[in-house]
Amino acid sequence: MDEDAGSMNRIFNSGAGAIVTKSIGLKPREGYPNPTVIELEHGILNAMGLPNPGIELIKDEIIKLKKYNITVIGSIFGSNIDEYEKLAEKMQQYKVDALELNMSCPHAKGYGLEIGYDPKLVKDITSQVKDSVDIPVFVKLSPNLTNIVNIARSAEAGNADAIVAINTIKAMKIDLELKTPILSNKIGGYSGKAIKPVGVRCVYEISKNVDIPIIGVGGITTGEDAIEYFMAGASAIQIGSGIYYRGIEIFKIVCDEIKIWMKKHGYKNLNEIIGVAHL
Amino acid sequence: MNYPKITKILETKKETNNVKTIKFEYTNNTQPGQFFMIWVPGFDEIPMSVSYIEKDVKGITFKKVGDATKALFELKQGKKIGIRGPYGNGFKIEGKKILIVAGGTGIAMILPVVEAYIKKNILPTIIIGAKNKDELFFENRLKKLDLKIYVTTDDGSKGFKGLSTDLAKNIIKEYKFDTVLTCGPELMMKKLFEICSNISFQASLERYIKCGIGICGQCCVDNGLRVCKEGPVFDNKLLRNIEDFGVFKRNAAGIKIKF
Repeated sequence: MDEDAGSMNRIFNSGAGAIVTKSIGLKPREGYPNPTVIELEHGILNAMGLPNPGIELIKDEIIKLKKYNITVIGSIFGSNIDEYEKLAEKMQQYKVDALELNMSCPHAKGYGLEIGYDPKLVKDITSQVKDSVDIPVFVKLSPNLTNIVNIARSAEAGNADAIVAINTIKAMKIDLELKTPILSNKIGGYSGKAIKPVGVRCVYEISKNVDIPIIGVGGITTGEDAIEYFMAGASAIQIGSGIYYRGIEIFKIVCDEIKIWMKKHGYKNLNEIIGVAHL
Repeated sequence: MNYPKITKILETKKETNNVKTIKFEYTNNTQPGQFFMIWVPGFDEIPMSVSYIEKDVKGITFKKVGDATKALFELKQGKKIGIRGPYGNGFKIEGKKILIVAGGTGIAMILPVVEAYIKKNILPTIIIGAKNKDELFFENRLKKLDLKIYVTTDDGSKGFKGLSTDLAKNIIKEYKFDTVLTCGPELMMKKLFEICSNISFQASLERYIKCGIGICGQCCVDNGLRVCKEGPVFDNKLLRNIEDFGVFKRNAAGIKIKF
Protein backbone atom coordinates (compact mmCIF):
# COMPACT_ATOMS: atom_id res chain seq x y z
CA MET A 1 0.00 0.00 0.00
CA ASP A 2 2.55 2.54 -1.07
CA GLU A 3 1.87 3.67 -4.59
CA ASP A 4 -0.71 6.45 -4.18
CA ALA A 5 -0.88 9.37 -1.78
CA GLY A 6 -4.18 8.24 -0.26
CA SER A 7 -2.98 4.85 0.91
CA MET A 8 0.37 6.16 2.12
CA ASN A 9 -1.47 8.82 4.07
CA ARG A 10 -3.70 6.15 5.64
CA ILE A 11 -0.69 4.06 6.70
CA PHE A 12 1.07 7.10 8.14
CA ASN A 13 -2.02 7.96 10.14
CA SER A 14 -2.09 4.38 11.41
CA GLY A 15 1.06 5.04 13.40
CA ALA A 16 3.99 4.60 11.00
CA GLY A 17 6.80 7.13 11.52
CA ALA A 18 7.61 7.27 7.83
CA ILE A 19 6.45 5.75 4.57
CA VAL A 20 8.63 4.00 2.01
CA THR A 21 7.14 4.37 -1.46
CA LYS A 22 6.82 1.48 -3.85
CA SER A 23 10.08 1.25 -5.76
CA ILE A 24 9.96 3.76 -8.58
CA GLY A 25 11.77 3.46 -11.91
CA LEU A 26 12.22 5.83 -14.81
CA LYS A 27 9.24 4.54 -16.78
CA PRO A 28 5.84 3.15 -15.81
CA ARG A 29 5.79 -0.63 -15.29
CA GLU A 30 2.69 -2.75 -15.01
CA GLY A 31 4.45 -5.60 -13.26
CA TYR A 32 3.70 -9.26 -13.88
CA PRO A 33 0.31 -10.83 -14.58
CA ASN A 34 -1.37 -12.54 -11.64
CA PRO A 35 -0.92 -14.65 -9.62
CA THR A 36 1.51 -12.17 -8.11
CA VAL A 37 0.83 -12.79 -4.42
CA ILE A 38 -0.09 -15.92 -2.51
CA GLU A 39 -0.12 -16.82 1.12
CA LEU A 40 1.86 -19.85 2.19
CA GLU A 41 1.79 -21.65 5.49
CA HIS A 42 4.40 -19.46 7.17
CA GLY A 43 4.74 -16.42 4.97
CA ILE A 44 3.77 -14.57 1.82
CA LEU A 45 5.23 -15.19 -1.61
CA ASN A 46 5.13 -12.43 -4.20
CA ALA A 47 6.44 -11.51 -7.60
CA MET A 48 4.77 -8.19 -8.32
CA GLY A 49 7.45 -7.30 -10.87
CA LEU A 50 8.14 -3.75 -9.65
CA PRO A 51 4.85 -2.19 -10.83
CA ASN A 52 4.99 1.59 -10.56
CA PRO A 53 3.74 4.67 -12.38
CA GLY A 54 7.25 5.91 -13.14
CA ILE A 55 9.20 8.83 -11.73
CA GLU A 56 7.25 11.53 -13.59
CA LEU A 57 3.80 10.44 -12.44
CA ILE A 58 4.76 9.66 -8.84
CA LYS A 59 5.51 13.38 -8.46
CA ASP A 60 1.90 14.39 -7.74
CA GLU A 61 1.46 11.62 -5.17
CA ILE A 62 4.60 12.62 -3.25
CA ILE A 63 3.86 16.32 -3.39
CA LYS A 64 0.40 15.59 -1.99
CA LEU A 65 1.95 13.59 0.85
CA LYS A 66 4.44 16.30 1.68
CA LYS A 67 1.55 18.74 1.90
CA TYR A 68 0.25 16.63 4.81
CA ASN A 69 3.75 16.78 6.37
CA ILE A 70 4.28 13.06 6.00
CA THR A 71 7.81 11.71 6.19
CA VAL A 72 8.48 9.97 2.89
CA ILE A 73 11.35 7.70 1.95
CA GLY A 74 11.50 7.46 -1.83
CA SER A 75 12.44 4.00 -3.01
CA ILE A 76 14.05 3.83 -6.44
CA PHE A 77 15.39 1.13 -8.75
CA GLY A 78 17.47 1.46 -11.88
CA SER A 79 19.51 -0.73 -14.18
CA ASN A 80 22.67 1.37 -14.07
CA ILE A 81 24.37 4.27 -12.31
CA ASP A 82 22.84 6.95 -14.55
CA GLU A 83 19.31 5.76 -13.91
CA TYR A 84 19.79 5.75 -10.14
CA GLU A 85 21.24 9.24 -10.31
CA LYS A 86 18.36 10.62 -12.40
CA LEU A 87 15.77 9.02 -10.14
CA ALA A 88 17.50 10.28 -7.01
CA GLU A 89 17.63 13.84 -8.28
CA LYS A 90 13.94 13.77 -9.18
CA MET A 91 12.99 12.37 -5.80
CA GLN A 92 14.98 15.12 -4.11
CA GLN A 93 13.13 17.72 -6.22
CA TYR A 94 9.86 16.21 -5.01
CA LYS A 95 11.14 16.82 -1.45
CA VAL A 96 11.29 13.28 -0.15
CA ASP A 97 13.01 13.07 3.22
CA ALA A 98 15.37 10.25 2.30
CA LEU A 99 16.12 7.78 -0.47
CA GLU A 100 16.11 4.02 -0.42
CA LEU A 101 18.08 2.39 -3.23
CA ASN A 102 16.44 -0.91 -4.06
CA MET A 103 19.34 -3.18 -4.97
CA SER A 104 17.66 -6.34 -3.88
CA CYS A 105 14.37 -7.12 -5.65
CA PRO A 106 14.74 -10.85 -6.34
CA HIS A 107 12.38 -11.15 -9.30
CA ALA A 108 12.93 -8.38 -11.87
CA LYS A 109 15.34 -9.00 -14.71
CA GLY A 110 18.05 -6.38 -15.01
CA TYR A 111 17.13 -4.68 -11.76
CA GLY A 112 17.34 -5.10 -8.02
CA LEU A 113 19.38 -8.10 -7.00
CA GLU A 114 21.04 -8.22 -10.42
CA ILE A 115 22.68 -4.93 -9.39
CA GLY A 116 22.94 -5.65 -5.69
CA TYR A 117 25.09 -8.78 -5.90
CA ASP A 118 28.04 -6.82 -7.32
CA PRO A 119 30.05 -5.10 -4.54
CA LYS A 120 31.72 -2.63 -6.88
CA LEU A 121 28.46 -1.60 -8.55
CA VAL A 122 26.76 -1.15 -5.16
CA LYS A 123 29.58 1.11 -4.02
CA ASP A 124 29.67 3.10 -7.27
CA ILE A 125 25.91 3.65 -7.44
CA THR A 126 25.71 4.61 -3.79
CA SER A 127 28.55 7.07 -4.01
CA GLN A 128 27.26 8.59 -7.26
CA VAL A 129 23.79 9.07 -5.73
CA LYS A 130 25.34 10.51 -2.57
CA ASP A 131 27.26 13.01 -4.66
CA SER A 132 24.18 14.14 -6.52
CA VAL A 133 21.73 14.66 -3.63
CA ASP A 134 21.82 16.16 -0.13
CA ILE A 135 19.20 13.95 1.52
CA PRO A 136 20.09 10.77 3.42
CA VAL A 137 20.58 7.68 1.25
CA PHE A 138 19.74 4.16 2.44
CA VAL A 139 20.68 0.99 0.58
CA LYS A 140 18.31 -1.96 0.75
CA LEU A 141 20.10 -5.28 0.62
CA SER A 142 19.17 -8.78 -0.36
CA PRO A 143 19.60 -11.87 1.80
CA ASN A 144 20.04 -13.87 -1.41
CA LEU A 145 23.81 -13.46 -1.31
CA THR A 146 26.53 -15.70 -0.01
CA ASN A 147 27.91 -12.80 1.98
CA ILE A 148 25.61 -9.91 2.78
CA VAL A 149 28.33 -8.28 4.90
CA ASN A 150 30.52 -7.65 1.83
CA ILE A 151 27.72 -5.79 0.12
CA ALA A 152 26.89 -3.84 3.27
CA ARG A 153 30.55 -2.80 3.44
CA SER A 154 30.34 -1.66 -0.20
CA ALA A 155 27.32 0.49 0.59
CA GLU A 156 29.18 1.96 3.56
CA ALA A 157 32.24 2.58 1.39
CA GLY A 158 29.93 4.43 -1.04
CA ASN A 159 28.93 6.70 1.89
CA ALA A 160 25.44 5.30 2.41
CA ASP A 161 23.77 6.82 5.45
CA ALA A 162 22.11 3.56 6.44
CA ILE A 163 21.55 -0.04 5.40
CA VAL A 164 18.08 -1.53 5.03
CA ALA A 165 18.03 -5.29 5.56
CA ILE A 166 16.48 -7.47 4.34
CA ASN A 167 14.50 -7.65 1.11
CA THR A 168 12.51 -10.83 0.38
CA ILE A 169 14.08 -14.26 0.00
CA LYS A 170 13.99 -15.92 -3.42
CA ALA A 171 11.42 -18.68 -3.29
CA MET A 172 8.95 -20.77 -5.25
CA LYS A 173 5.68 -22.61 -4.71
CA ILE A 174 4.62 -25.43 -7.00
CA ASP A 175 1.02 -26.55 -7.07
CA LEU A 176 0.87 -30.34 -6.86
CA GLU A 177 -2.43 -30.63 -8.67
CA LEU A 178 -1.36 -28.58 -11.69
CA LYS A 179 2.33 -29.50 -11.37
CA THR A 180 3.35 -25.91 -12.07
CA PRO A 181 4.70 -22.91 -10.15
CA ILE A 182 1.80 -20.74 -9.06
CA LEU A 183 3.32 -17.29 -9.53
CA SER A 184 3.21 -16.14 -13.14
CA ASN A 185 6.88 -15.22 -12.79
CA LYS A 186 7.47 -18.67 -11.26
CA ILE A 187 10.08 -17.32 -8.82
CA GLY A 188 9.15 -14.75 -6.21
CA GLY A 189 10.25 -13.26 -2.93
CA TYR A 190 9.26 -14.74 0.39
CA SER A 191 8.26 -12.41 3.21
CA GLY A 192 6.35 -12.57 6.45
CA LYS A 193 6.86 -14.52 9.65
CA ALA A 194 9.03 -17.26 8.16
CA ILE A 195 11.88 -14.94 7.20
CA LYS A 196 12.34 -13.14 10.51
CA PRO A 197 15.22 -15.33 11.72
CA VAL A 198 17.05 -14.71 8.43
CA GLY A 199 16.51 -10.96 8.77
CA VAL A 200 17.68 -10.93 12.36
CA ARG A 201 20.81 -12.87 11.44
CA CYS A 202 21.60 -10.51 8.55
CA VAL A 203 21.15 -7.42 10.71
CA TYR A 204 23.35 -8.99 13.39
CA GLU A 205 26.14 -9.78 10.92
CA ILE A 206 25.96 -6.39 9.21
CA SER A 207 25.89 -4.56 12.50
CA LYS A 208 29.07 -6.33 13.58
CA ASN A 209 30.86 -5.15 10.47
CA VAL A 210 29.66 -1.67 9.55
CA ASP A 211 29.31 1.53 11.54
CA ILE A 212 26.31 3.12 9.80
CA PRO A 213 22.78 2.56 11.19
CA ILE A 214 20.65 -0.36 10.04
CA ILE A 215 16.93 -0.40 9.37
CA GLY A 216 15.65 -3.90 10.10
CA VAL A 217 12.91 -5.46 8.01
CA GLY A 218 11.62 -8.96 7.45
CA GLY A 219 8.80 -10.76 9.19
CA ILE A 220 8.07 -8.22 11.91
CA THR A 221 4.51 -8.57 13.19
CA THR A 222 4.85 -7.87 16.93
CA GLY A 223 6.63 -5.51 19.26
CA GLU A 224 8.82 -8.38 20.41
CA ASP A 225 9.86 -9.06 16.81
CA ALA A 226 10.92 -5.42 16.60
CA ILE A 227 12.84 -5.67 19.89
CA GLU A 228 14.67 -8.70 18.49
CA TYR A 229 15.78 -6.65 15.47
CA PHE A 230 16.85 -3.80 17.77
CA MET A 231 18.91 -6.21 19.86
CA ALA A 232 20.55 -7.51 16.66
CA GLY A 233 21.60 -3.94 15.89
CA ALA A 234 18.77 -2.25 14.00
CA SER A 235 17.98 1.38 14.84
CA ALA A 236 14.62 1.41 13.12
CA ILE A 237 12.30 -1.11 11.51
CA GLN A 238 10.00 -1.43 8.51
CA ILE A 239 6.77 -3.41 8.24
CA GLY A 240 5.11 -4.60 5.04
CA SER A 241 3.62 -8.09 5.09
CA GLY A 242 2.68 -7.55 8.72
CA ILE A 243 -0.31 -5.59 7.43
CA TYR A 244 -1.68 -8.88 6.21
CA TYR A 245 -1.37 -10.54 9.60
CA ARG A 246 -2.59 -7.74 11.85
CA GLY A 247 -4.28 -5.18 9.62
CA ILE A 248 -3.35 -1.58 8.93
CA GLU A 249 -3.49 -0.93 12.68
CA ILE A 250 -0.25 -2.96 13.01
CA PHE A 251 1.90 0.19 13.12
CA LYS A 252 0.31 1.57 16.23
CA ILE A 253 0.00 -1.89 17.80
CA VAL A 254 3.71 -2.66 17.34
CA CYS A 255 4.71 0.76 18.73
CA ASP A 256 2.53 0.13 21.77
CA GLU A 257 3.94 -3.35 22.24
CA ILE A 258 7.50 -2.01 22.06
CA LYS A 259 6.68 0.54 24.77
CA ILE A 260 5.03 -2.09 26.96
CA TRP A 261 8.00 -4.43 26.62
CA MET A 262 10.47 -1.67 27.44
CA LYS A 263 8.51 -0.56 30.46
CA LYS A 264 8.17 -4.12 31.72
CA HIS A 265 11.91 -4.65 31.38
CA GLY A 266 12.96 -1.32 32.82
CA TYR A 267 14.20 0.42 29.67
CA LYS A 268 13.58 4.11 29.08
CA ASN A 269 15.36 4.63 25.78
CA LEU A 270 15.59 2.44 22.68
CA ASN A 271 19.33 3.12 22.54
CA GLU A 272 19.71 0.93 25.59
CA ILE A 273 18.70 -2.15 23.63
CA ILE A 274 20.06 -1.45 20.16
CA GLY A 275 22.81 -3.97 19.50
CA VAL A 276 22.80 -5.47 23.00
CA ALA A 277 22.96 -8.96 21.49
CA HIS A 278 26.55 -8.20 20.53
CA LEU A 279 27.75 -7.53 24.07
CA MET B 1 -5.27 -19.84 3.51
CA ASN B 2 -5.13 -17.41 0.59
CA TYR B 3 -3.88 -19.91 -1.87
CA PRO B 4 -5.72 -21.02 -5.02
CA LYS B 5 -7.76 -24.15 -4.51
CA ILE B 6 -7.70 -26.19 -7.70
CA THR B 7 -11.16 -27.29 -8.69
CA LYS B 8 -12.82 -28.75 -11.77
CA ILE B 9 -15.44 -26.87 -13.75
CA LEU B 10 -18.74 -28.61 -13.03
CA GLU B 11 -20.90 -26.88 -15.57
CA THR B 12 -20.74 -24.09 -18.12
CA LYS B 13 -23.56 -22.13 -19.70
CA LYS B 14 -23.41 -19.61 -22.50
CA GLU B 15 -25.56 -16.64 -21.49
CA THR B 16 -24.90 -14.50 -24.59
CA ASN B 17 -22.33 -14.62 -27.39
CA ASN B 18 -19.77 -13.10 -25.04
CA VAL B 19 -21.02 -13.95 -21.57
CA LYS B 20 -20.67 -17.29 -19.88
CA THR B 21 -21.43 -18.84 -16.51
CA ILE B 22 -19.06 -21.33 -14.92
CA LYS B 23 -20.00 -23.34 -11.86
CA PHE B 24 -17.54 -25.14 -9.61
CA GLU B 25 -17.50 -27.00 -6.33
CA TYR B 26 -16.61 -24.55 -3.58
CA THR B 27 -17.87 -24.80 -0.06
CA ASN B 28 -16.66 -21.50 1.45
CA ASN B 29 -19.46 -19.36 2.86
CA THR B 30 -20.00 -16.58 0.33
CA GLN B 31 -22.09 -13.41 0.52
CA PRO B 32 -23.73 -11.60 -2.40
CA GLY B 33 -21.34 -8.97 -3.76
CA GLN B 34 -18.18 -10.78 -2.69
CA PHE B 35 -15.65 -11.89 -5.27
CA PHE B 36 -13.22 -14.71 -5.98
CA MET B 37 -9.77 -14.58 -7.52
CA ILE B 38 -10.09 -16.96 -10.45
CA TRP B 39 -6.82 -18.40 -11.69
CA VAL B 40 -6.77 -19.45 -15.32
CA PRO B 41 -3.47 -21.35 -15.34
CA GLY B 42 -1.05 -20.03 -17.91
CA PHE B 43 -2.92 -16.75 -18.33
CA ASP B 44 -3.83 -14.66 -15.32
CA GLU B 45 -5.72 -14.58 -12.06
CA ILE B 46 -8.67 -12.20 -12.11
CA PRO B 47 -11.33 -10.99 -9.67
CA MET B 48 -14.89 -12.11 -10.38
CA SER B 49 -18.04 -11.60 -8.40
CA VAL B 50 -20.13 -14.53 -7.34
CA SER B 51 -23.23 -15.01 -9.51
CA TYR B 52 -24.53 -18.29 -8.08
CA ILE B 53 -24.47 -19.17 -4.39
CA GLU B 54 -25.42 -22.72 -3.48
CA LYS B 55 -24.21 -24.66 -0.48
CA ASP B 56 -21.37 -26.60 -2.09
CA VAL B 57 -21.35 -24.99 -5.49
CA LYS B 58 -20.58 -21.43 -6.53
CA GLY B 59 -20.72 -19.75 -9.91
CA ILE B 60 -19.27 -16.81 -11.78
CA THR B 61 -20.66 -15.11 -14.86
CA PHE B 62 -18.29 -13.10 -17.00
CA LYS B 63 -17.72 -11.44 -20.34
CA LYS B 64 -14.89 -12.12 -22.77
CA VAL B 65 -12.78 -8.98 -22.56
CA GLY B 66 -9.11 -9.97 -22.40
CA ASP B 67 -6.80 -12.95 -22.80
CA ALA B 68 -7.67 -14.54 -19.48
CA THR B 69 -11.44 -14.23 -19.86
CA LYS B 70 -11.17 -15.50 -23.45
CA ALA B 71 -9.23 -18.53 -22.23
CA LEU B 72 -11.70 -19.09 -19.41
CA PHE B 73 -14.59 -18.78 -21.86
CA GLU B 74 -13.16 -21.69 -23.87
CA LEU B 75 -12.64 -24.00 -20.89
CA LYS B 76 -14.96 -26.99 -20.92
CA GLN B 77 -16.53 -28.94 -18.10
CA GLY B 78 -13.91 -30.93 -16.18
CA LYS B 79 -11.06 -28.46 -16.81
CA LYS B 80 -9.15 -27.20 -13.79
CA ILE B 81 -9.11 -23.64 -12.49
CA GLY B 82 -7.84 -22.15 -9.24
CA ILE B 83 -10.10 -20.29 -6.80
CA ARG B 84 -9.26 -18.07 -3.83
CA GLY B 85 -11.73 -16.21 -1.70
CA PRO B 86 -14.40 -15.10 -1.31
CA TYR B 87 -12.98 -11.66 -0.64
CA GLY B 88 -14.23 -8.24 0.34
CA ASN B 89 -17.45 -6.95 1.76
CA GLY B 90 -20.60 -7.76 -0.13
CA PHE B 91 -23.93 -5.94 -0.15
CA LYS B 92 -25.64 -5.35 3.16
CA ILE B 93 -29.08 -6.88 2.73
CA GLU B 94 -30.92 -4.04 4.45
CA GLY B 95 -33.96 -1.86 3.85
CA LYS B 96 -37.55 -2.64 3.02
CA LYS B 97 -38.29 -0.97 -0.29
CA ILE B 98 -35.45 -1.86 -2.57
CA LEU B 99 -34.41 -0.86 -6.07
CA ILE B 100 -31.57 -2.75 -7.72
CA VAL B 101 -30.00 -1.27 -10.84
CA ALA B 102 -27.56 -3.38 -12.84
CA GLY B 103 -25.82 -2.47 -16.06
CA GLY B 104 -23.83 -4.63 -18.50
CA THR B 105 -21.85 -7.38 -16.80
CA GLY B 106 -22.94 -5.86 -13.49
CA ILE B 107 -26.08 -7.95 -13.98
CA ALA B 108 -24.00 -11.03 -13.09
CA MET B 109 -23.56 -10.24 -9.43
CA ILE B 110 -27.01 -8.90 -8.58
CA LEU B 111 -28.86 -12.21 -8.78
CA PRO B 112 -27.49 -13.48 -5.46
CA VAL B 113 -28.43 -10.09 -3.97
CA VAL B 114 -31.99 -10.46 -5.21
CA GLU B 115 -32.17 -14.01 -3.85
CA ALA B 116 -30.91 -12.85 -0.45
CA TYR B 117 -33.71 -10.27 -0.25
CA ILE B 118 -36.31 -12.83 -1.28
CA LYS B 119 -35.10 -15.08 1.53
CA LYS B 120 -35.97 -12.22 3.87
CA ASN B 121 -39.42 -11.94 2.22
CA ILE B 122 -38.56 -8.64 0.60
CA LEU B 123 -39.25 -8.30 -3.11
CA PRO B 124 -36.90 -5.80 -4.73
CA THR B 125 -37.63 -3.91 -7.93
CA ILE B 126 -35.04 -4.56 -10.62
CA ILE B 127 -33.68 -2.58 -13.54
CA ILE B 128 -31.30 -4.37 -15.86
CA GLY B 129 -29.71 -2.46 -18.67
CA ALA B 130 -27.45 -3.29 -21.61
CA LYS B 131 -26.33 -1.79 -24.90
CA ASN B 132 -28.74 -3.99 -26.85
CA LYS B 133 -30.91 -7.07 -26.44
CA ASP B 134 -28.11 -9.45 -27.41
CA GLU B 135 -26.08 -8.36 -24.40
CA LEU B 136 -28.83 -8.91 -21.86
CA PHE B 137 -28.67 -12.02 -19.71
CA PHE B 138 -30.23 -13.51 -16.59
CA GLU B 139 -33.62 -12.18 -17.71
CA ASN B 140 -35.18 -15.63 -17.49
CA ARG B 141 -33.54 -16.31 -14.15
CA LEU B 142 -35.07 -13.08 -12.86
CA LYS B 143 -38.49 -13.70 -14.38
CA LYS B 144 -38.88 -16.90 -12.37
CA LEU B 145 -38.67 -14.84 -9.20
CA ASP B 146 -41.90 -12.95 -9.79
CA LEU B 147 -40.57 -9.45 -9.25
CA LYS B 148 -41.12 -6.12 -10.89
CA ILE B 149 -38.46 -6.08 -13.59
CA TYR B 150 -37.61 -3.29 -15.98
CA VAL B 151 -35.34 -3.80 -18.96
CA THR B 152 -33.50 -1.00 -20.72
CA THR B 153 -31.34 -1.03 -23.82
CA ASP B 154 -29.36 1.87 -25.23
CA ASP B 155 -30.66 1.17 -28.74
CA GLY B 156 -34.21 0.27 -27.75
CA SER B 157 -33.94 -3.28 -29.11
CA LYS B 158 -35.67 -4.40 -25.93
CA GLY B 159 -37.61 -2.64 -23.19
CA PHE B 160 -37.11 1.01 -22.40
CA LYS B 161 -34.92 2.81 -24.90
CA GLY B 162 -32.22 4.73 -23.12
CA LEU B 163 -29.98 4.54 -20.10
CA SER B 164 -30.96 2.60 -17.01
CA THR B 165 -30.37 5.78 -15.00
CA ASP B 166 -33.02 7.64 -17.01
CA LEU B 167 -35.57 4.98 -16.18
CA ALA B 168 -34.37 4.82 -12.58
CA LYS B 169 -34.91 8.56 -12.23
CA ASN B 170 -38.54 8.16 -13.28
CA ILE B 171 -39.42 5.25 -11.06
CA ILE B 172 -37.58 6.65 -8.05
CA LYS B 173 -39.89 9.67 -8.35
CA GLU B 174 -42.89 7.42 -8.51
CA TYR B 175 -42.09 4.88 -5.78
CA LYS B 176 -40.53 5.65 -2.43
CA PHE B 177 -37.49 3.36 -2.26
CA ASP B 178 -35.51 3.40 0.97
CA THR B 179 -32.50 1.54 -0.49
CA VAL B 180 -30.83 1.48 -3.90
CA LEU B 181 -28.16 -1.09 -4.77
CA THR B 182 -26.15 -1.01 -7.97
CA CYS B 183 -23.45 -2.65 -10.01
CA GLY B 184 -22.40 -1.64 -13.49
CA PRO B 185 -20.34 0.90 -15.40
CA GLU B 186 -18.98 3.40 -12.91
CA LEU B 187 -20.37 6.47 -14.68
CA MET B 188 -23.83 4.89 -14.54
CA MET B 189 -23.43 4.24 -10.82
CA LYS B 190 -22.17 7.75 -10.21
CA LYS B 191 -25.18 9.22 -12.00
CA LEU B 192 -27.50 6.98 -10.04
CA PHE B 193 -25.78 8.05 -6.82
CA GLU B 194 -26.51 11.67 -7.68
CA ILE B 195 -30.15 10.83 -8.35
CA CYS B 196 -30.44 8.99 -5.01
CA SER B 197 -29.37 11.91 -2.87
CA ASN B 198 -31.41 11.00 0.21
CA ILE B 199 -31.74 7.27 -0.27
CA SER B 200 -29.52 4.66 1.34
CA PHE B 201 -27.16 3.57 -1.43
CA GLN B 202 -24.64 0.80 -2.06
CA ALA B 203 -22.46 0.39 -5.14
CA SER B 204 -19.94 -2.26 -6.11
CA LEU B 205 -16.76 -0.72 -7.51
CA GLU B 206 -14.41 -2.40 -9.92
CA ARG B 207 -10.68 -1.76 -9.81
CA TYR B 208 -7.58 -3.60 -11.02
CA ILE B 209 -6.95 -6.14 -8.27
CA LYS B 210 -3.67 -7.98 -7.79
CA CYS B 211 -3.28 -9.55 -4.35
CA GLY B 212 -6.94 -9.58 -3.25
CA ILE B 213 -5.83 -9.68 0.38
CA GLY B 214 -5.23 -6.03 1.15
CA ILE B 215 -1.45 -5.73 1.03
CA CYS B 216 -0.30 -4.67 -2.42
CA GLY B 217 -2.25 -1.41 -2.66
CA GLN B 218 -3.11 -1.77 -6.34
CA CYS B 219 -6.88 -1.34 -5.87
CA CYS B 220 -6.87 1.56 -3.38
CA VAL B 221 -9.31 4.44 -3.81
CA ASP B 222 -9.58 7.68 -1.89
CA ASN B 223 -7.61 7.66 1.34
CA GLY B 224 -6.28 4.11 1.08
CA LEU B 225 -9.63 2.31 0.95
CA ARG B 226 -8.90 -1.09 -0.51
CA VAL B 227 -11.54 -2.24 -2.98
CA CYS B 228 -10.49 -5.85 -2.28
CA LYS B 229 -10.82 -5.48 1.46
CA GLU B 230 -13.04 -2.58 2.56
CA GLY B 231 -14.97 -2.89 -0.76
CA PRO B 232 -15.90 -3.83 -3.37
CA VAL B 233 -19.29 -2.67 -2.11
CA PHE B 234 -19.28 0.81 -0.57
CA ASP B 235 -22.22 2.67 0.93
CA ASN B 236 -23.27 6.29 0.45
CA LYS B 237 -21.34 7.49 3.50
CA LEU B 238 -18.06 6.28 2.02
CA LEU B 239 -18.91 6.98 -1.61
CA ARG B 240 -19.61 10.61 -0.84
CA ASN B 241 -15.95 11.05 0.14
CA ILE B 242 -14.33 8.88 -2.51
CA GLU B 243 -12.96 11.45 -4.93
CA ASP B 244 -12.07 8.74 -7.44
CA PHE B 245 -15.68 7.52 -7.71
CA GLY B 246 -16.81 8.08 -11.28
CA VAL B 247 -13.68 10.09 -12.02
CA PHE B 248 -10.70 7.77 -12.47
CA LYS B 249 -9.31 4.31 -11.86
CA ARG B 250 -5.71 3.13 -11.88
CA ASN B 251 -4.08 0.76 -14.37
CA ALA B 252 -1.65 -2.03 -13.44
CA ALA B 253 1.18 0.50 -13.15
CA GLY B 254 -0.86 2.66 -10.77
CA ILE B 255 -1.45 5.38 -13.37
CA LYS B 256 -4.74 7.27 -13.17
CA ILE B 257 -7.08 6.55 -16.06
CA LYS B 258 -10.13 8.79 -16.44
CA PHE B 259 -13.53 7.20 -16.99
